[in-house]
Amino acid sequence: MMPLDSDQIFVQLKHWLLSLLAGVLPAPLLAVISVLLSIIPIIVVFATLFAIMTIMERKGLGRIQNRYGPNRVGPFGFLQPAADGIKALIKEDLVPRAADQVVHLLAPVVLVIPALLVYAVLPIGRNMVAIDFDAGLLFFFAVGAASELAVFMAGWSSRNKYALLGAMRAVAQMVSYEIPLILSTVSVVMLTGTLSPVKIVEAQAGHAGLLPDWFVFTPWGFAGFVLFMISANAEANRSPFDLPEGESELVAGYFTEYSGFKFALFFLAEYLSLFAISGLGITLFLGGWQAPFAALDFVPSWAWFFMKLLGLIVLFIWTRGTLPRLRVDQLMNFAWKFMLPLALLNLFTAAVWHYMPPGLPRWLVCGALVAGPYVLLGRGLLAGKNIAKRIYRYAD
Amino acid sequence: MSLPFLIIAVITIAAAAAAMTLRNLIHCALAVAGAFVGLAAAYLNLSAQFVGFAQVLVYVGAVAILIVFAALLTRGGEPSQAAVFSPPWFAGLGVTLAVLGVLVWAVIRSFLIRRELVPAPEAAVKQIGDALMHKYVLPLEVVGLLLTAALIGAVIIALKEERKK
Repeated sequence: MMPLDSDQIFVQLKHWLLSLLAGVLPAPLLAVISVLLSIIPIIVVFATLFAIMTIMERKGLGRIQNRYGPNRVGPFGFLQPAADGIKALIKEDLVPRAADQVVHLLAPVVLVIPALLVYAVLPIGRNMVAIDFDAGLLFFFAVGAASELAVFMAGWSSRNKYALLGAMRAVAQMVSYEIPLILSTVSVVMLTGTLSPVKIVEAQAGHAGLLPDWFVFTPWGFAGFVLFMISANAEANRSPFDLPEGESELVAGYFTEYSGFKFALFFLAEYLSLFAISGLGITLFLGGWQAPFAALDFVPSWAWFFMKLLGLIVLFIWTRGTLPRLRVDQLMNFAWKFMLPLALLNLFTAAVWHYMPPGLPRWLVCGALVAGPYVLLGRGLLAGKNIAKRIYRYAD
Repeated sequence: MSLPFLIIAVITIAAAAAAMTLRNLIHCALAVAGAFVGLAAAYLNLSAQFVGFAQVLVYVGAVAILIVFAALLTRGGEPSQAAVFSPPWFAGLGVTLAVLGVLVWAVIRSFLIRRELVPAPEAAVKQIGDALMHKYVLPLEVVGLLLTAALIGAVIIALKEERKK
């Protein structure tokens, strides 16, 4: 047996388990067990991360809003997710009499399946990817697109005006923001020449001076990363883009009529797809499982992936606690008039970056190509609009 | 025929049949989406990854949503009470049989059926990309231009705002 290596410990564990069982079990069963050994850790780890994030989010939002957050269950309230889970399991499952029973039942299931499937192509460490598809990135977006249909199914089958309005908003928003999301990843595909997430991570190995060769440290990569994260936020229906479930307008949007464990499934799917899309952002722009400095290579690759993931999660919680919700027209205008032109221009910037020789001129030209349109477009869209601090005449 | 193919075929045909016979228009649209997924699975079963993923991305992600929205925005919520099979169903049956006959005739006479089986080509994404960028670059560029023009056109239509006085 090979010496234990902290970086490959999980891969070695799997091989060791398989070699242990190889003598006892027939080959077809062994193949099934090998598949299960790849799938079960993904489900367990990310479901645990879901539990951790719910408590982190509630505590963090509490701090931002100047209150304590959950602090009764367990030490400092950290067992709150367990209490929530048990509560969801033992609650009565209510289905409206007018609801379309079959579609109503199928919707949360159809929503969770793609949310879990996309993890198949995410490299969460060196040699740690369930399936190394040649077209992995395409798989990610293709499977992710199925969740729009599930959201629609949930909203339509509930026979509730709030649910239907929420579903319509959600689908319109997801379709709109999918375009900048995919366009911002296309620049990475263009420059690496591959659709495989594993090869995209490998393309970001190495260091240029102090900074690692991650794409986020190039002008086009930085712009792409920001566009990607904003679109990811909108795809995940999180504040400031949480109009589909805006509680002050639509009760809970498309899952108004869900209760008990089905409701929990909606939450699970939402957070799982948030982790998945953050993981994709890490893979595409933040160097995947690579360490930021050569001196830190002794830390295992999977630890880097999860540290980056936690960092992005904190960013998402912070955004949620800071920004107010947009209006529908603002949301659509932002996607079509601002994000889309910038994403298209970013493709051009990436091409310029590819064909110019390395050096300061390349940085200056590409930086100008990113910053110029940003400032001009922003100023242009704000022109003629009266944007100023709101003055309350009587409330002060 | 292999077992995976049989499973996929049964699911796809069942979904397609449901899309034709169900009364509720939204149910039909969802069944069509199911049939699209089945087709994608059939492509994947033939190890045509790129086509399979593109099928899901385009048909389930976009076309099914479009159908559902169109159905929702144009009709009332209640399903129609008319019979599923319209009265001249025997004429439809005749047309169906005629089409089936032509298809069977074409398939049997096709030279593809007599050709010797070549080993499955390695249709990697890279090769598809190479083919698109060299042999079929002109159609690709034309389609790209058309789609970009449509996209920019949509933005320009959306940009027009009526100035309030």
